[in-house]
Amino acid sequence: MTTRSGTHAIRSEQDVVLSRQAVRKLAIECGLRLVDQTKLVTAVSELARNTVIYGGGGDMDWELVEDGGRKGVRLVFRDEGPGIPDIKQAMTDGWTSGNGLGLGLTGAKRLVDQFDIQSAPGEGTRVTITKWN
Amino acid sequence: MDRIPILRMGEFLLVTIQVDMHDQLALTLQDDLSTKINEISAKGVLIDISALDIVDSFIGRMISMISGLSRILDAETVVVGMQPAVAITLVELGLTLSGVSTALDVERGMKLLRERVRSL
Repeated sequence: MTTRSGTHAIRSEQDVVLSRQAVRKLAIECGLRLVDQTKLVTAVSELARNTVIYGGGGDMDWELVEDGGRKGVRLVFRDEGPGIPDIKQAMTDGWTSGNGLGLGLTGAKRLVDQFDIQSAPGEGTRVTITKWN
Repeated sequence: MDRIPILRMGEFLLVTIQVDMHDQLALTLQDDLSTKINEISAKGVLIDISALDIVDSFIGRMISMISGLSRILDAETVVVGMQPAVAITLVELGLTLSGVSTALDVERGMKLLRERVRSL
């Protein structure tokens, strides 16, 4: 169940910083403890940077969700960029198409409770993550 | 702010990162530090990250680069003040900052730097 939602534009490096700050507020609001806030915000930093660098900019949709007694933050990073030809390869530790460390996607996955990626060449990329309290 | 200040203390350089860094700011710091190490023949660099509430793979890589760079320029780097939640996240992310010296706080970091430089 969604209790509140919204969208942030992610077009520049500055937007990456702003999205981190926005998600920190949401994480505090739904009662995530400090370590989980830190993990979620770090995952956001990785994914938002990917949106800017590889996706050529996009948006982050946010949702405060409830499931039974627990609350969580669900985020969708979407871009209309070139897409990822081989998702399996992109989800391998240490593999990078750019000059990064190749830890962005796989690292982000390890830091959240739910992770889903959808992408195809020419169709952009859509990453959905959820962190529960 | 488009630059992080670098303070000189004798033969050491001190950097306190107190802002939520965007990537360009991190790259500028890396450049500024290497220039400054060279300029004053610094023997050590202390980076205080106690105000950082996240370290992602980009900032982690910057820290490793600065440490490696300064070693090549004959200076030691110590990173101090990492928050426990940041350390837990960093390891889970897959970054161990191997080769980077750390200390719990500025005081211990300075002590470590002095010992290192004296033993050379």
